[in-house]
Amino acid sequence: MEPSTSSRRNFLSLAVGAGAAGALAACGTSGPSSSSGGGASGGAGAGAAKATYWYLSVQPQEGIRKASIDRFNAANPSTPIVGTTYQNDAFKTKIKTALGAGQAPTLIWGWGGGGLRSYVQAGQVDDLTDWFSQNQAVKDRLFPGSFGAATINGKIYAMPCECVQPIVLFYNKKVFDKVGAQPPQSWGDIMALVPKFNDAGIAPFSLGGQSRWTNMMWLEFLFDRIGGAEVFQNVFDGQKDAWSNPAAIEGLTKMQELIKANGFIKGFSSITADSNADQALLWSGKAAMMLHGVWTYGSMSIEGKDFVSGGNLGYMNFPPVEGGKGDPSDTVGNPGQYMSIYSKATPEQKEVAKKFLATQILSDAEVKQWVDTGSVPIVKGADSLLASSKDADFLKFVYNTSANAKVFAQSWDQALSPTSAEILLDNISKLFQLSITPDQFASNLNAVIGK
Amino acid sequence: MTTAGTSPSRSAARGSRSGFLGWLAVPALVFFVGFLIIPLLGVLFLSFSSWDGISTNIRWTGLVSWKAVLANPELIHALWITFLIMLVSWLVQTPASLLLGVFLAGRQRYRAVLAVLYFIPLLLSSAAIAITYKALLDPNFGLGAGLGIPLLTQDWLGEPVLAFGTIIFVVSWQFIPFHSLIYQGGVRQIPASLYEAAELDGAGRIRKFFNITLPQLKYTIITSSTLMVVGSLVFFDLIFVLTEGGPGDATRVLALDMYKTGWQANLMGQAAAIATILVLVGLALALLLRRLGGRRYDTSQLEGV
Repeated sequence: MEPSTSSRRNFLSLAVGAGAAGALAACGTSGPSSSSGGGASGGAGAGAAKATYWYLSVQPQEGIRKASIDRFNAANPSTPIVGTTYQNDAFKTKIKTALGAGQAPTLIWGWGGGGLRSYVQAGQVDDLTDWFSQNQAVKDRLFPGSFGAATINGKIYAMPCECVQPIVLFYNKKVFDKVGAQPPQSWGDIMALVPKFNDAGIAPFSLGGQSRWTNMMWLEFLFDRIGGAEVFQNVFDGQKDAWSNPAAIEGLTKMQELIKANGFIKGFSSITADSNADQALLWSGKAAMMLHGVWTYGSMSIEGKDFVSGGNLGYMNFPPVEGGKGDPSDTVGNPGQYMSIYSKATPEQKEVAKKFLATQILSDAEVKQWVDTGSVPIVKGADSLLASSKDADFLKFVYNTSANAKVFAQSWDQALSPTSAEILLDNISKLFQLSITPDQFASNLNAVIGK
Repeated sequence: MTTAGTSPSRSAARGSRSGFLGWLAVPALVFFVGFLIIPLLGVLFLSFSSWDGISTNIRWTGLVSWKAVLANPELIHALWITFLIMLVSWLVQTPASLLLGVFLAGRQRYRAVLAVLYFIPLLLSSAAIAITYKALLDPNFGLGAGLGIPLLTQDWLGEPVLAFGTIIFVVSWQFIPFHSLIYQGGVRQIPASLYEAAELDGAGRIRKFFNITLPQLKYTIITSSTLMVVGSLVFFDLIFVLTEGGPGDATRVLALDMYKTGWQANLMGQAAAIATILVLVGLALALLLRRLGGRRYDTSQLEGV
C-alpha cells in the first residue's frame, strides 16, 4: 500500500510544484530565508521547491512525524515536504545507498554521533552552526545536552528533534508481588533475584538478544556503574587499550556471570527487538524485568492490554554496583534524534527544509502529541506539560532521569563510527553467547580503537 | 548455452540463417553484459578502493582492502560455514529429492496430486518462509510453546548447532520440491525398454534402481548438484531473516559477511573483495562439478537402445 500512496503523493506535489513554479516565476530563486506564510520562495524548475524527508514507520512515532509534515504542507501548499516511510533497519541501509548515489532526501533523519560524523566526513550534510546563531530562538528552546551528539569538531550539523530516550529498568509489579520480591537496589540484589525468579518458573530478565544492541545496553550501564563515565569516554577518545580497563573487564565478567546464572530468558539470542517479543515477555509475566529504552513504554501501553494502564509496570534507573565509582544518576540512551540537511539538495529545497525545522519540528502541537504517546520531547519546560498527561508519573520519571543525570551518555553503537560499532556488536553477541572471554573481547576491540 | 550448442550444426546446413540465429543471442547477451559483467567489473574495481559507501568520491587504495579481508579470521570462518552449509544441505537434499523424484515419476494419479502438493514450498518467497519459520520456532511464543510440546520448545535459532540444523532444514524444505521436479523429468526420459530388458533378466525393484535409474540419472544429478552447490553460496535472505548470522557468528556465511562488512560496517572496498572471492569460489565449484561429470558431457547415454 505504502509505495502506491507515496508515489501518488509524489505525483500530486509535482503537479502542485509545477503550478507554483509557473506562478512564482517572477519571484526568482533568491528568496530570503525568512520568507514565510504565503510568500514561498519559488523553485527554479518544476518540483524543485519540494523537499523530501524519510522517516521511520513505527507507530505511534510515525503518525506524529506525518502530522508535522501535514501541518507544514497545509501552511505552505506551494513548497511541500514529501515524506516516505521506512522500517528501521531498511532505513539505515537505504539512507547510506542514497547518500553514496547522490540521491538522498533533503532532510536526513538519524541518531547523531558516529553515524552523523561519517556523513560529515563525506561532506554530505550542511553545517548548521550559522543557521542556529541566526535563529537563536530555535536553539534556545531545546535541551542543551541534546546538541552534544549533533556537534562534530565544534560545529553543529544537525537539529536535535523528537524525544529524549534514556534506557531504564522496567519490571512487572505483578510478578514481583507473586514471588514476594523487591525491585533490586544494587547489582547484588539483581544476582540474588535471579535464582528466586528461576525457581518460580519466571525468567528474571527479558532480552531481545538477536538485535545485539539490546545486549549492549547492559554493558553500557555496567561499565558506567563500575568505573564511571570515563571508561567508555576513553574508548571514544581513542585511548590505546581502553577496553582493557580493569573496570571494563569487571563489567564484562559480571555480565557473563549473570548469563551463566540463567539471568536471561531461555532462547534470548533468537529474540529480536523489532518484533517487540522481548516486551511481550515482560507484560505477559513470562519475565520479571527488562532493561530497555523508554520508547518501549508506548508500545507496551498499546499491546500490553491493561498492563500499563493497570499500574503493573514498574520502572527505575539502573541500580549501582557495589564498590563502583560511577554516579548512580548517570544514564545512557538517545539524547534526542537528529535531522540534518543534505548538502547536495538545491538551495530551494534547503530553504524549505530549514523552514520546516524552524516552524514545525517540536512545535507546540507536535510537543503535545509526543507527550500524549508517553514520550518526553527535548523541549525546555516540557515538564509542565507532563502533569496533565495520563502517563504523568512515567513522563516525570523520564524527565527527571534525563535532567538529573550527571552524565547522559549516547548509546555506544551510535557514538562510535559505523565500522567500530559493527565490530563491537559482533563481539557483544559472542560475549553473550559465552564463546569469547572478557579478555578476548577486550583485545578484539582494542585492535579497532579509533577506526 | 543452448544457442551456442545448436547454431554450429545449423550453420553447416544453412549458412544464410546462421547470421539471423546469431542475432537471437543479442538480447540475452545485452542483459548478461549489462546486469552481470559490468557490475562484476564494478565490484572488482571497488575492491581496490576504501570507499565508505557514503561519500561520493571513492579513494583508490590498491591492495589495502584485500589485505584487510585476507587477514581477517572472519573470512576463513565464513568460508567454512558456507562450505558446511553447502555440503550438509547437499547430503540432505540429494537423496531426498532423488527418491521423491523417482516416486513422482510414476504415472499413478495419486502421485500427480502429491506432486502438486510437494511443489507448494517452491511458490513461496524465501523471506516469507523465513519469517514464518522464525515465528513458529520462537521458544516463548512459537509452535512448541503454543501446543505445550517440550520437544519443540528448543532455542532453535539461539544455539549454534541447532541454528545450523534449522537452516539446513528450512533450506531443504524449500528446495527439495524443485530438485524432485528435475529428477522426475530425468526419470521419465529413461526408455522403458531398459527396464523391460532388466525385468526379463529377473532384476528386482532395487536392482533396477541402482543399475538403471541411477546411472541414467548421472547428468541430472550433476545438474541438480550444480544448482544446489552454487545456490547455497548465495543463501542470504533466508539466513538474514532467521538468524542474522547468529548466534555470534555461527551461521554467518560468506554472502552475509559481505553484507555486514559493506552495509553495516561501511567498508565497501572490503565487501567488494569478499564478493569477488564469492564469485571465484562459485565459478571454481561449477567448473569442478562439470569436470566430475566426465569430459564427454554431450555424449549420449542411450547408445544401442
